[in-house]
Amino acid sequence: MATENSFDPGKIDIAWCPGCGNFGILRVLKDSLSELQLSPQDVVIVSGIGQAAKLPQYIKAHMFNGLHGRALPPATAIKAVNPRLTVIAASGDGDMYGEGGNHFMHTIRRNPAITNLVHNNMVYGLTKGQASPTSARGFKTPVQVEGTISEPFNPLAVAIALDASFVARVFIGDMAQTKSVLKQAIQHRGYALVDILQPCVTFNKINTFQWFREHTYRLEDSYDPENRAAAFQRAIETEKLPLGIIYRCAQKKTFNENLAVYAEDDTPLWQRPFVRERLAELVQTRR
Amino acid sequence: MRNQDTSISVVICGEAGQGVQTIESLLTRIIKVNNFHVYATKEYMSRIRGGSNSTQIRVDSGPVRAPVQRIDVAVLLDAGALPHLRWRFSAHTVIIGERQALGTFSESIIDVPFSTIAQELGNPLYANSVAVGVLCGLLAIVEERAAREIEKFFTGKPAEVIVANQDALRRGYSCSADIRRRRGCFPWQIPQSDAKIAEEIVLNGAESVGMGALAGGCNFVSSYPMSPSTGVLTFLATQARRFNVIAEQAEDEISAINMAIGAWYAGARALVTTSGGGFALMEEGVSLAGMLESPLVIHLAQRPGPATGLPTRTEQGDLDLALYSGHGEFPRVIFAPGSVCEAFWCAQQAFAVADKYQIPVFILTDQYLMDSYYNHPVFDVSSLEVSPRSVATDKNYQRYRLTPDGISPRGIPGNGNGLVRVDSDEHDERAQITEDRLVRTQMVEKRLKKMTALQAEAVPPRVTGSTTYRIALVCWGSTRLIVEEACARLERDDLAVLHFRQVYPLHADTAAYLRRAEQLIVIENNATGQFARLLQMTTGVPVSEKILKYDGLPFFVDELTERLRIVLTGGDHGDRE
Repeated sequence: MATENSFDPGKIDIAWCPGCGNFGILRVLKDSLSELQLSPQDVVIVSGIGQAAKLPQYIKAHMFNGLHGRALPPATAIKAVNPRLTVIAASGDGDMYGEGGNHFMHTIRRNPAITNLVHNNMVYGLTKGQASPTSARGFKTPVQVEGTISEPFNPLAVAIALDASFVARVFIGDMAQTKSVLKQAIQHRGYALVDILQPCVTFNKINTFQWFREHTYRLEDSYDPENRAAAFQRAIETEKLPLGIIYRCAQKKTFNENLAVYAEDDTPLWQRPFVRERLAELVQTRR
Repeated sequence: MRNQDTSISVVICGEAGQGVQTIESLLTRIIKVNNFHVYATKEYMSRIRGGSNSTQIRVDSGPVRAPVQRIDVAVLLDAGALPHLRWRFSAHTVIIGERQALGTFSESIIDVPFSTIAQELGNPLYANSVAVGVLCGLLAIVEERAAREIEKFFTGKPAEVIVANQDALRRGYSCSADIRRRRGCFPWQIPQSDAKIAEEIVLNGAESVGMGALAGGCNFVSSYPMSPSTGVLTFLATQARRFNVIAEQAEDEISAINMAIGAWYAGARALVTTSGGGFALMEEGVSLAGMLESPLVIHLAQRPGPATGLPTRTEQGDLDLALYSGHGEFPRVIFAPGSVCEAFWCAQQAFAVADKYQIPVFILTDQYLMDSYYNHPVFDVSSLEVSPRSVATDKNYQRYRLTPDGISPRGIPGNGNGLVRVDSDEHDERAQITEDRLVRTQMVEKRLKKMTALQAEAVPPRVTGSTTYRIALVCWGSTRLIVEEACARLERDDLAVLHFRQVYPLHADTAAYLRRAEQLIVIENNATGQFARLLQMTTGVPVSEKILKYDGLPFFVDELTERLRIVLTGGDHGDRE
């Protein structure tokens, strides 16, 4: 099955549980990058902390594995400092929607041209099975012993409310669609959220592969992702979760396009010289 | 340093938004172009309108660079000004105010109808120029020269506004003639200085840190506004276009510091600027920089805590916070500039050190330094270079390659064929996560090994006063010029000031500097003597006395001189150890 892929790191020890949905995400991401003709030197994968956040450890590319909840701020900065890099921020639902919730909202507002992958298994894995922001009401855990009481976080509805420029949901059980959406997200000019439904085979006995198959459906071909109100309608469906590109708003300016430093060209900051004369002039203005 | 205070201390006090700021800007400008030395500092309340804010301006023929408690001329702009300043008045203070604005009025106040004159000229705002006229008149500044500066100051405004302000200035001058007649002791004659003060520059601590950052090649700043650190963010934002700086107001301080680390990773030279409460949120990022071995420059402008504390006031209360911030063990450097000028060079150096050693570097300032300014010679930037240390990578590049000094060549993505991989988990040379106990030990030692070179490069204390001192006045950060002036006033040949502009790591000879004195008096703008503790812990040399102040205000030269006098004559106003 496995084909040659320049993002493949070779033989490595992977810390995920056998059967984990993360393996599928890893595979699809490597294939997507490769099929988009990118080279490992073009790509930076940024992550937070958690099982999902180990993803960049298993891909041959640049890696910034930072702190829990903090993938988006450095990812935004990396893209801002070097617009020529392809930047992907990947982490779990707890990391992106819980610990990093504030950054999630404000990154959408900034609209940096980065891809935000959220491995959404509706449970905390690495800390052993507590509720995540996306856990369903009533979901019982060692901490939420009577069942989760909070309303689950709806990342798609939040993103559409903030007029995110690309909002998608996929299920890793459908690898073909996942890859197709992922490639479009990576190519999208602006912030792209891909919420990836995946089972946690160890700690989530409710939202299994079977459950996701029964509770999701692909958006029909006639669906128009540019209609924001209709997109919001789909985002708040709960009986069956729609899969595909739910919303897209292509004409928004990106974060970099709004920065004065890129008004004329996209030369990365590290290639721009220090101009001592300008400093001398600036000092003189204080006379 | 002069031992007698020949300067004139003018304090202007009024509500926020009432014009204190305009009078200060205009008056200091006029003083400077007239070739007098000028110093200004302000204290203000945490509110947008109302309250009582004041600015002190000191004028002299020699350098003036520190505040005094004494007030020679007080200009009271509202009813709250009198109770706010009264404790600083003496029998010699000339108090000027407008009877109708002050509510209570006593015969010791000289009535100048600022607002009545302004109304006559057509706009209440002209009252500021009246006040400037009164003060310039008292300082015996040539009227026409002051009028010329008014014109420059209001450049861009309609001609009639400029003329009206000049008229207001002249009306102020004639009021000053009346005051002179009544009090007999005016004008003061400040001897003209031969220095070319008009050629010198004037900027406050915030601008100096910002400019120093640019001199260090700063091209990225991400921060969340917080007094008194915001001035640096504002300054860099205004320079963004010209200096290729990305200036981003983050959603919170956590985001700000994580952005800054991401920016360094991708090849920028990034700064965060914050104050204690904001920095408390950033601590996880300091630790991240420690583990990733990322350069990072943190400007921490202190204000009194705990919690919200006194948002607009000053304190040196966060040395311990900076020193111990971030979980885990890793190297860091803390600079604490002693003057506006040093703030420039410390900021510049902070970038060079952060880049060279791949560590977090602090610039520890405070509200007092941020908001103070005086004239000083132009910074000589003619030999300044920014030589980024990052390297082009080859395909076998390993970010954490073990080297004898612990510093691994730092690559950035996009420069070379290698992959730049960094991880906040413990990692091996390739940044792969590991729990191998031997690798862990090696990596801890690799990171800490940088301390050896950092220590060797540390800045020694600056000694002023007696070279054969028996008593040392030890200070750090923004108090330097205050302590130096107090020391000079004491006129003792056994006294020296030891000022530390690098407080961590301390220079290797620190103990020797301290042991040369029989008596060590540590002076700090905080309640517990944090630096005294650090000195004793590091050197084992006991501190004899501590002179501390923690009311939210900086030390005043005259106040400190008196407290020192008491300590030196065996009084007990210091805090004995």
